[in-house]
Amino acid sequence: MAHEHKLEIFRGLWKFKSNTQKIWGVLAFLTFVTAIEVVLGIYKPEVFMHTWMDPFEGGGFFATLGNIIFSPIVYMKPLNLIFILLTIVKAYYITWDFMHMRDEVGSLRKMVVWTSVFLICYLIFILLQEGGYVFNVYNNENALIKHDF
Amino acid sequence: MDSTVASTGTEGKTWGGGNKPLKASYGKMMMWFFIVSDALTFSGFLAAYGFSRFKFINEWPIADEVFTHVPFLHGQELPMIYVAFMTFILIMSSVTMVLAVDAGHHMNKAKVTIYMFLTIIGGAIFVGSQAWEWATFIQGDYGAVQTNGGNILQFGEYVTVDGEEKFKRVSIDDIAIAQESDRVDHERKNGLWFVDEGTLPPYTVDEIYAGLQANENVLVRNQFLDENGHKTVLSRAESLKQIKENGKLVVKGANLRVNEYGTTLFADFFFFITGFHGFHVLSGVVINIIIFFNVVLGTYERRGSYEMVEKVGLYWHFVDLVWVFVFTFFYLV
Repeated sequence: MAHEHKLEIFRGLWKFKSNTQKIWGVLAFLTFVTAIEVVLGIYKPEVFMHTWMDPFEGGGFFATLGNIIFSPIVYMKPLNLIFILLTIVKAYYITWDFMHMRDEVGSLRKMVVWTSVFLICYLIFILLQEGGYVFNVYNNENALIKHDF
Repeated sequence: MDSTVASTGTEGKTWGGGNKPLKASYGKMMMWFFIVSDALTFSGFLAAYGFSRFKFINEWPIADEVFTHVPFLHGQELPMIYVAFMTFILIMSSVTMVLAVDAGHHMNKAKVTIYMFLTIIGGAIFVGSQAWEWATFIQGDYGAVQTNGGNILQFGEYVTVDGEEKFKRVSIDDIAIAQESDRVDHERKNGLWFVDEGTLPPYTVDEIYAGLQANENVLVRNQFLDENGHKTVLSRAESLKQIKENGKLVVKGANLRVNEYGTTLFADFFFFITGFHGFHVLSGVVINIIIFFNVVLGTYERRGSYEMVEKVGLYWHFVDLVWVFVFTFFYLV
């Protein structure tokens, strides 16, 4: 059983003397990230409340491609994008340091992470795309369903 | 054994068997695979939540208006505070768990015992908090009227706070005017013999309508978002008209059928996803208790390895990991 731990986070920017110290360091970082989320969630700064970019108009190939590539900032409020990115950061440190993924061999790490990341991305893409489509069916000008009563 | 097993002469070579390419024990690897499959289950739920939310993007409740309560602080609107506390508790119990694993590596039985105990306490606080959160959500806040089409109409009035005009919610308890009405209770002997009446709402729509007429400054707010991302507040005349013509049922709180905060699907997903997660926490606490007693009894001391603590730890961290995502998608985004 491996007792050695890799004792640095942020690509070696922050080094620790023992595993216990590293655990407390990661806790401090996770608490800090959660605090940022809570503060942003309570105050909701006006800058982050509107999308920074309008979708490309025209519907041609390049407009569609551009909308797909820039979809996180075209269709999402910056605040929500920040929340999701911070969540992924937190998930990374929980998995890598608390679950000791950092100390596992590369093949185990890739087996677990790539499988879930690929399947989850696919699932999210399909379901959100469909949800948006159904919304459109309900809400476009010639929708047959009346729901304002 | 040499006589029964053919020797291939490849022992010690890469494909000779007995090799451990992942350098992890069987149990730990299987725990990882279980975690992957469970992660996919949870992401299936959360993606389904996203689907329904995109489908009803306008009617979806704003989480900040739903989860505003903190225990012992009645009547104050403090969104996010209590969930942030719950998140911190769970991360903290993850820390004590990983400290227990670390102490296990050093074969320090006393420390493993203490840290396992603290982990169990943290888990219990979290489950208790979640039960409280559910109870508050089910009991409801201001109440609302559901329309024929299943939309939710809420009440409020404009008040000036610090020179700024704000829409402040008003509880149905404050405006409803009790009225005489004839209503025959449905019993098995006078109606359908196989149907029970069920719980009745606290008020009738007529009582709310009378109250709305009497309170001149109270307005109705529907679920549709205006261009600023706020729910639309109707004019006085339109408010009265909506309740009179479309009001069907008075709703207080939330359950699987009605939801005073907005579309019913929100409540359904809330109960299902946080319930499924809470069940994971509960089973995690139970498993932790079993392992705790094994530690106390010295089972792993005799075995010479605390790897069992490590495997349970993986599960416990995974529960924390899922909560991080639930927190984001239910309370923040």
